Amino acid sequence: MKTRLYTLVFLLIALVLLAACGGSQPEPAAPAAQEKPAAEAPTTAPEPTEAPAQSAEPSKADPIKLSLWYHGAGNETERAILLQIIEDFNSSQDQWVVEMQDFPQASYNESIVAAALAGNLPDIIDMDGPVMPNWAWSGYLAPLELSEGALDGFLPGAIGKWDGKVYSVGLWDAAVAIYARRSVLEKYNIRIPTLDKPWTKDEFDAALETLQNSGEFEYALDLGMAWTGEWYPYAFSPFLQSFGGDMIDRSTFLTAEGALNGPEAIEFGKWWQSLFERGLVPGTSQDGADRETGFLEGKYALQWNGNWAALPPLEKYGDDMLFLPAPDFGHGPKIGAASWQFGVSATSQHKDGANAFIEFAIQDKYLAAFSDGIGLIPSTRSAAAMTKNYAPGGPLEVFFDLSKEQALIRPPTPGYPTMALIFEKALADIANGADVEATLDAAVDEIDADIEANGGYGFQD
Amino acid sequence: MTVKRVKGRWHNVFLVIRYLLMTLLGVVFFFPILFMVVSSFKPDLQILQDTSSLRAFLPVGELSFQNYVEAFERAPTERFILNSLLVTSITVILGLVVNSMAAFALSILRWRGQGVVLSIIIATFIVPFETIAIPLLLLVSRLPWIGADGIVFGWLNSYHVQIIPFIANAFSIFLFVQFFKSLPFELVEAARIDGAGWFQIYRRIIIPVSGPVFATVAILTFLPMWNQYLWPIMVVQQEEYRPVMVGLQYFFQLNVAWGEIMAYLSTITVPVLVLFLALQRAFIESIASSGIKG
Repeated sequence: MKTRLYTLVFLLIALVLLAACGGSQPEPAAPAAQEKPAAEAPTTAPEPTEAPAQSAEPSKADPIKLSLWYHGAGNETERAILLQIIEDFNSSQDQWVVEMQDFPQASYNESIVAAALAGNLPDIIDMDGPVMPNWAWSGYLAPLELSEGALDGFLPGAIGKWDGKVYSVGLWDAAVAIYARRSVLEKYNIRIPTLDKPWTKDEFDAALETLQNSGEFEYALDLGMAWTGEWYPYAFSPFLQSFGGDMIDRSTFLTAEGALNGPEAIEFGKWWQSLFERGLVPGTSQDGADRETGFLEGKYALQWNGNWAALPPLEKYGDDMLFLPAPDFGHGPKIGAASWQFGVSATSQHKDGANAFIEFAIQDKYLAAFSDGIGLIPSTRSAAAMTKNYAPGGPLEVFFDLSKEQALIRPPTPGYPTMALIFEKALADIANGADVEATLDAAVDEIDADIEANGGYGFQD
Repeated sequence: MTVKRVKGRWHNVFLVIRYLLMTLLGVVFFFPILFMVVSSFKPDLQILQDTSSLRAFLPVGELSFQNYVEAFERAPTERFILNSLLVTSITVILGLVVNSMAAFALSILRWRGQGVVLSIIIATFIVPFETIAIPLLLLVSRLPWIGADGIVFGWLNSYHVQIIPFIANAFSIFLFVQFFKSLPFELVEAARIDGAGWFQIYRRIIIPVSGPVFATVAILTFLPMWNQYLWPIMVVQQEEYRPVMVGLQYFFQLNVAWGEIMAYLSTITVPVLVLFLALQRAFIESIASSGIKG
């Protein structure tokens, strides 16, 4: 018994020591992760390599380390392209060395917020476009200081603006379209819409009814109700905006009153509910598997989906595959915009270096590399021309035009993350049969209460 | 005689119903695990297609270990498992020592204010971790630590930041207190008369007869520690310290890699299941063998 106890005590001491060593000595195998972000400097022992950062002109032997956090852990292609950009940047000059730490996307925002609270932000942050105003308002971000003309020709959705300043820029954008098959539309004498002449509300409704009544499909349209979360505001708020409503009154950003519960919004809500009541679309209980394979298997005649999912149907249906513009419900066809973008943290002590890296990263060749690698829309027309999918005549070329012509960014306000959750719940409730007016009124109250609780999110006079 | 026969028949009927219900419950709990393991050998498209039929639970179609190969390529899975094993096992061991000692002081020793302290500890049950997560983050990001480089401030990006806040646990203390209070106090008095010190009593009298509660607390500490998610994403930014549950997020890309997710989950779940089956046996044995001898 005595021997056993001593063994236990010894083991405990050994384990505690192991933990202690593990905490203070990161493994040499991961040099990028060893560097403490600049923001941590006041509370930690200064890193020897950071000492020259204080001097205006660092020597060639001592480049300043810039930390970069990225959301793409687990995506090997994306990671490889970003590492290549970093390597190119590091070897293109001797003043800065960028080191990347990647995070899984699903927990990325929480990690950033926690790091900000702990005073531990990196120099360069990447962020989802609609979240940017919240982070800028919260003091996590500094405005970008890029050369004049650096963002010329960029898609509007790839530039993150808030309060009149540019805080972030994206190397790509994403767009949503109606997936369809030419043969199906022709079979049922449905007009193929174009960017110049999209479907009207009546045409769209008639097309859905025709396809549903054909008996050939389980549902006429798959909206992607199985994809909860940001998909709802990203994919469905453009319908509301095309009806003439919005998630918030964009003239003041201080209330949703009138925008989310006005006559146009109620008309949208009733139309939205009718899609489910008429059995034209799968409901909120849609199986995720059906969302993935339903259009490919012919269960759904049409599908509302993003460009990132375009290649499998294109491979299956070839020339028969169509990517159609959003319908015009009265106030012009709209789709969502703004994907992941790079910005500079407000606590970075090397903002010039961070800006230099971002300006380096937005070269056309890198935008094209990302597009070819992960299938997203390059941010400039010139970069699109260098890609295999978005070049003139390319299979996904239409998405660039959709992004350019129809994109409307989600409300650029710090209140967006809360608003998005409220909007998602309201749409799900209406889909499930809730009273439209009462639900939208309740959503407005919640959004307004949040804005008020946060002092107007900086929009108050 | 007839009454006995009728009673016996009803007894058999109830027995059959009971077993049927237990079988049904067993199926409910077992099938998700079966689905996970079976799917880990199938390609993504087949997993999605099979979900609408019983094929989802059968090892049919195109089976291979490809998902496992890719799961280990996409994420440093072995590193995450090692991290979780390290963090979990140290927390469990230190938790058993610290919480049982605290419970010993609260149940066996006699001192003023004992009841109040125990009440305060029990009252902390009602405070969910999410409530204290941010204050705790602010605290650990400023605390000093002695490491190989001397004193550094801030515990972020380390193993100890994932361990130390979870060693002392109110529920564990409560379980130990309840168990220790059920022991005959004569054992302690006899030891005191024989000249034993308090630590000797804890070590030689209390621990040997407390196998069941130690096993129970070990299980109850292990599970939440293995499943830690919120705290690590707040305090660990460096990949080399990430635990398994954060690692799971590596597989949720724009196009979700379902097969790899199932392979990853099987990899991190099956060892835990095996471990718990082993611990369960020890748990039962400890109950059977730790009878109090008068």
